[in-house]
Amino acid sequence: MTVREALLLAGQLLGLLTALVVVVLSLIWLERKALARFQNRMGPMRVGFHGLLQPVADALKLLVKEDLVPTWADRALFWSAPLMVFVPSFVVWVTIPLAKEVVIRNLEMGLFYIVAFSILPVVGLVLAGWSSANKYAMLGSLRSAAQLVSYEIPIVMAVIALVMVPESLNLVTIVEGQRTVPYAALQPLGLALFLLAGVAEVGRTPFDIYFAESEVVGGPFVEYSGAHWSVFFLVEYINTFVVGVLVALLFLGGWTFPLVPEAAWLGFLWVVAKTYLVVLVMFWLRGTLPRLRVDQLMSFGWQLLVPLSFANIVITGFYKFYRWPGWTLTLMSLALLLLAGWLVYRRQTRPAAATAEEMLARARAYRRREA
Amino acid sequence: MTPSLFLFYAASALTLGGGMGVVATRNVVYAALSLLASLMGVAGIYLVLFAEFLALVQVLIYGGAIVIVVLFALMLTRLRELGGPMEHRQWPLALVGALGLFAVLAAAIARTGVPQGLERMGPPVAKVGASLFSQWAVPFEAASVLLLVALIGAIVLARPGGRD
Repeated sequence: MTVREALLLAGQLLGLLTALVVVVLSLIWLERKALARFQNRMGPMRVGFHGLLQPVADALKLLVKEDLVPTWADRALFWSAPLMVFVPSFVVWVTIPLAKEVVIRNLEMGLFYIVAFSILPVVGLVLAGWSSANKYAMLGSLRSAAQLVSYEIPIVMAVIALVMVPESLNLVTIVEGQRTVPYAALQPLGLALFLLAGVAEVGRTPFDIYFAESEVVGGPFVEYSGAHWSVFFLVEYINTFVVGVLVALLFLGGWTFPLVPEAAWLGFLWVVAKTYLVVLVMFWLRGTLPRLRVDQLMSFGWQLLVPLSFANIVITGFYKFYRWPGWTLTLMSLALLLLAGWLVYRRQTRPAAATAEEMLARARAYRRREA
Repeated sequence: MTPSLFLFYAASALTLGGGMGVVATRNVVYAALSLLASLMGVAGIYLVLFAEFLALVQVLIYGGAIVIVVLFALMLTRLRELGGPMEHRQWPLALVGALGLFAVLAAAIARTGVPQGLERMGPPVAKVGASLFSQWAVPFEAASVLLLVALIGAIVLARPGGRD
């Protein structure tokens, strides 16, 4: 690598960082506005036109706030945990294409690279909780480890089923394969799995179990303040955007569907518009659904999403092996999706399995056995 | 020194340093972190060998899942700094075991011929998949069955009343 190439790469990374910060500020404004409208409020209105400068003001306030370290905290880990969360969610952007030519490095195994690195922030979360020397932080980090490892499985399986169709892990190839039919039409089940598990990976409502403020008062970040806390905040929004852009590229056709633009900047606009659309759906979920309970979170992941993600691979395998036409995969996928929806509906509407007295008796028996 | 040689030495230093850290540190959480560093070093070595797929699997499985599960288990147990050095009556046995493993690995490495002049040693991911499901299908399925048995065993053990 020559000096010129190294300088170019450094410039690209710096530009990427700036772009991500701008995106995060826009997402914060968008989320506050969207949630406010769902609740029939106006949202931020004072700073700038319709509160457009509110996120900037918030960011400045956060940066000048005092950065506290608890006395009992493990200082080295406490300071490095935000970095361990930030670096993986930053480096995945190296291979995410925003248009056919707009990508820093188009890796042959780009999608697998993103999936592999998206699991690493969990280590940072767990260490943040442990090094804070706070029981709520500890509980939150245990929850984050359980949740993120569990929901990594449906994500990986949905990605496997998806890449079986274009037979490539290269993101540009995957998008180019959707010129006629986006994969959302071939695998509606895959789209649902990826989006739901993605929301859970980012830890947004209804899956914000590990920093649920009414249960564990903010989870792993309880003791963080000022600039270090803002790193976690930044990462949450960057990851939300990653899920949005991946859904746009993998399922919604990226820059190729429904109209193939001639100019690269038009394709770029396509991808960005689709990404913001997906992110808005995630805000919509947050504005509509209450938070799940821990056991509901686990049973939803393991009893519904994991089996469905395996079934998704099996039907895609039939489609590929027997070279059936595309609409058969759509039908099988839709049938499984409807089945899953019916199962959830039945579970939500059936009478409780046990009365309060029965559950109390069960708890007493359990405690007797423990003692 | 060529860049790839430099990368190899850096990755090896990370692997060995992390390994030393695992056994030398008194704090179990720091030991788990050293393990993460060591495993990442191994991923780096795979990368130097052009085995990108293996490197990414190493990051995903070991760097992510395994280290997180180790940390999870450590945090569920009572954490305290280990006081004195860990003396154990089984250490001669452990020494024999470790040396035996080293001998087997060294012999295996010494007997395996190194293909010369190959720019890319790791086959592309499509070839890995094809050979895994044709030539190595039986070992692959055996490994799957082993994992399935472990999974069912874990569920049986964790079930209420499973220990009785």
